[in-house]
Amino acid sequence: MSDLARSQNQETFVLNLGPQHPATHGVLRVKLTMDGEYIVEAEPVLGYIHRMHEKMGENRTWAQFMPNTARLDYLGALSYNHGYVKVVEQAMGIEVPERAEYIRVITVELNRIASHLLWFGAFVLDLGGFTPLLYAFDDREHILDLLESVTGARLTFCYFRFGGLYNDIDDDFVTGSRAFIKRLRKRMPDYHNLVTKNIILITRLKDIGILPGEMCRKYGATGPVLRGSGVDYDVRKNEPYSVYPELDFDVPVYSECDSMARYMVRMDEMEQSMRIIEQALDKLPAGPIMPEKVPKILKPEPGDYYSAVEAPRGTFGIRVVSDGTNKAYRLKLRSPTFSNLSLFGEASQGMLLADALALMGSLDLVIPEIDR
Amino acid sequence: MGEYFKELFGGTKSLVVGLGITIKHMVKPVVTLQYPHESLKMSARFRGHIELLGDEETGASKCVVCGMCQRACPSGCIALAGEKPEGAKKKVLTSYVLDFTKCSLCGQCVESCKFGAITFSKEYNLAGPRKEAYIFDLKKRLEERSG
Amino acid sequence: MMFIPEPLRLLAFVVGIIAFIALNAAYLVWLERKVAGHIQRRIGPKEVGPFGLLQPLADGLKLMSKQLLVPKGVDPYLFKVAPLLVLVPAVMSFVTIPFSENLVARNIDIGLLVIFAFASVNVMGLLLGGWGSANKYAVISAARCVSQNVAYEIPMLITVITMIMVTHTMNLNEIVMQQDGSLLNWYIFRLSASPLMPVAFLIFFTCSLAETNRAPFDLGEAESELIAGYHTEYSGMGFGVFFMGEYANIIIGCSLATILFLGGWQCPLGLYPGWWWFLAKVYLLIFCVMWIRWTYPRTTLWGLLNLSWKYLIPISLVNLLLTGAMIKLWPLLKTFLMGAS
Ligand code: SF4
Ligand code: SF4
Repeated sequence: MSDLARSQNQETFVLNLGPQHPATHGVLRVKLTMDGEYIVEAEPVLGYIHRMHEKMGENRTWAQFMPNTARLDYLGALSYNHGYVKVVEQAMGIEVPERAEYIRVITVELNRIASHLLWFGAFVLDLGGFTPLLYAFDDREHILDLLESVTGARLTFCYFRFGGLYNDIDDDFVTGSRAFIKRLRKRMPDYHNLVTKNIILITRLKDIGILPGEMCRKYGATGPVLRGSGVDYDVRKNEPYSVYPELDFDVPVYSECDSMARYMVRMDEMEQSMRIIEQALDKLPAGPIMPEKVPKILKPEPGDYYSAVEAPRGTFGIRVVSDGTNKAYRLKLRSPTFSNLSLFGEASQGMLLADALALMGSLDLVIPEIDR
Repeated sequence: MGEYFKELFGGTKSLVVGLGITIKHMVKPVVTLQYPHESLKMSARFRGHIELLGDEETGASKCVVCGMCQRACPSGCIALAGEKPEGAKKKVLTSYVLDFTKCSLCGQCVESCKFGAITFSKEYNLAGPRKEAYIFDLKKRLEERSG
Repeated sequence: MMFIPEPLRLLAFVVGIIAFIALNAAYLVWLERKVAGHIQRRIGPKEVGPFGLLQPLADGLKLMSKQLLVPKGVDPYLFKVAPLLVLVPAVMSFVTIPFSENLVARNIDIGLLVIFAFASVNVMGLLLGGWGSANKYAVISAARCVSQNVAYEIPMLITVITMIMVTHTMNLNEIVMQQDGSLLNWYIFRLSASPLMPVAFLIFFTCSLAETNRAPFDLGEAESELIAGYHTEYSGMGFGVFFMGEYANIIIGCSLATILFLGGWQCPLGLYPGWWWFLAKVYLLIFCVMWIRWTYPRTTLWGLLNLSWKYLIPISLVNLLLTGAMIKLWPLLKTFLMGAS
């Protein structure tokens, strides 16, 4: 904490950031105790968009909960789809055909790029630059068009099924994905020249918003936040699932711990996702997209199941307890941004308001996923 | 001192490069679609709200009132009723109402229908001032379509 | 020249200036939206009138027909007076700006001084508006605006002093007249006055961006941090007047840059000087202002002070010294060169 903030005897005031505020990207409220422009204390207040998804999970059949998973983190819906089908498949012991797994990886990675692109735009918007947002949206629209052509939705996908997929991809999708990757590769240098190398952006992000690796671990932060703090942890590598072990990709890790490091992790992740998609498209096997037979009515063996996937914002874990009926007995969602946000209070102490908002932007918050 | 000038020139250069990129984009054609004047054709798999499908010949609904879709729907949007006319083998649909205000467009109903009686419409211009306008009587819509 | 009685002439100018500002504020918003649109690969306003040309009219009507809300707890006088404090000095500054040789409301010998005197009132308006709003965001914004303006007045004034040393006058019309002839006579290219002239122009331009709270120095408005800064609580024409003031200030900043460095109403080739050249140059600069706004992210207060104290002030001081030296040395050098040839 800086000396300025420590001088508690100075007059402080409370600033309510949100629940309606441009920088919180939704209905997050942060109660800030301010000393001038310095933050003495920050307390995130949650619950403005709580929808009881976990409780709903206990009251809906296994299949009926599927659409809910798309509404947690609506920017990376497919990862959440994936996490849920994965845990149910685990509980039921369903084998997923290889083609389906490849298609899952391709679509999830496309979704990850879309999510990071939106974050990129929104983050620069938080920093006051409007134009990159629309360039990123332009690219993102192409991904959404692709995903719409297979899933039928643009945002709240409900594409995976227990054992496989809702429907198969076609050649148009394959060529479209390749064309998109070529396009994005061409656009990336523009993004870097316009934003990453911009001196104003660098001064705003470098050495600001330091989150030491220890602090991230303490609060359970995951994903790009953790990897920007020098901890090499990615579920895709550390607890391999699906066909990720067969694909060659790197996990970008930066040890600077500042906002710039988190920014760079996400920018590099987009490149890696493009690599994954290209390889997966090359390797895409023929075959069915659903196993021979999946039981009509799912009734997993009583037990406790957990599975995790790497969502765009970090580790999405889902734990279900089954009592052998057609509904979950308990369904617990571990959403990454909840943990990522919880360190904001400690990390923002003594920071300037503008820097703290840059830090908040670099955490990549999606509020419906925090509140669930 | 060298560091100072490096920073100064490096910074200035990055600013100039940025300006170059935006002006480059400025002279390029626009990428947006002028929505109310032009509109998109939805892709083949686009999932709009559901719609009843009619039999190719008779135009009557293919629905046999098995109630699977109703049970599959996570949000309870579907209300349907049917009756078995004297001497007929199959039930006949008498009403099929979709409460679109609750629908999450998940597609479970369409998947659960074994008779191919429902499908997704391609409608996306759905906005209105009144909630009641989005409680669709699908049977009536089918009858209107088949004339 | 036709003789017009003095009071009538003044009245004509006052009406003209106000009309000019109102028209410009309205159409600069339109231009800004178009520029922003095309930079972002979209069209911008297009529905109201051809090319959306009637959009400013519609916006103006909307602003005027809106209720002027005075929130509870505000200081009613300061709250109402603040927008005027921003607009009126801007209008007054136009009095001394020479649009062409004869088209100037008052050709005052201390024109430059008058403009800076009025320009410093502007920040009062922002401060009072923010303070009077009794809104925490607005107060933070007001404090930011003041410190920013103070920091940037220094390098700007140093540059202006340099210019006065070179021109020996504060009469804007005379400054323009000194730059007649060709492009090379413009002060931005007058390397014999000081080799750092183009840099001086950049410093002046940067400072006027900061003075007018334009991006990337829009800390005061910072919509992603402070909602709308000092005018968060203003609705309808209260906001409209702030807005007009902001655009008027941009025009003044660009006009001054044009007059001091780019030869005012002089033509680059020395042909047909006139107000059209002046306006063309001003609008070109305004376009640059917009272009800059839609390219960069926002700086922070520290970044801003850093830029001012680490780069702008030292460089403008060096420029001042160099200019002083050149004034003494250039005549000697010239005679030396003449003698040699
Ligand atoms: S799409 Fe989903 S929510 Fe909508 S009616 Fe069908 S099953 Fe119900
Ligand atoms: S599942 Fe198909 S056949 Fe059965 S009630 Fe629904 S629409 Fe009719």
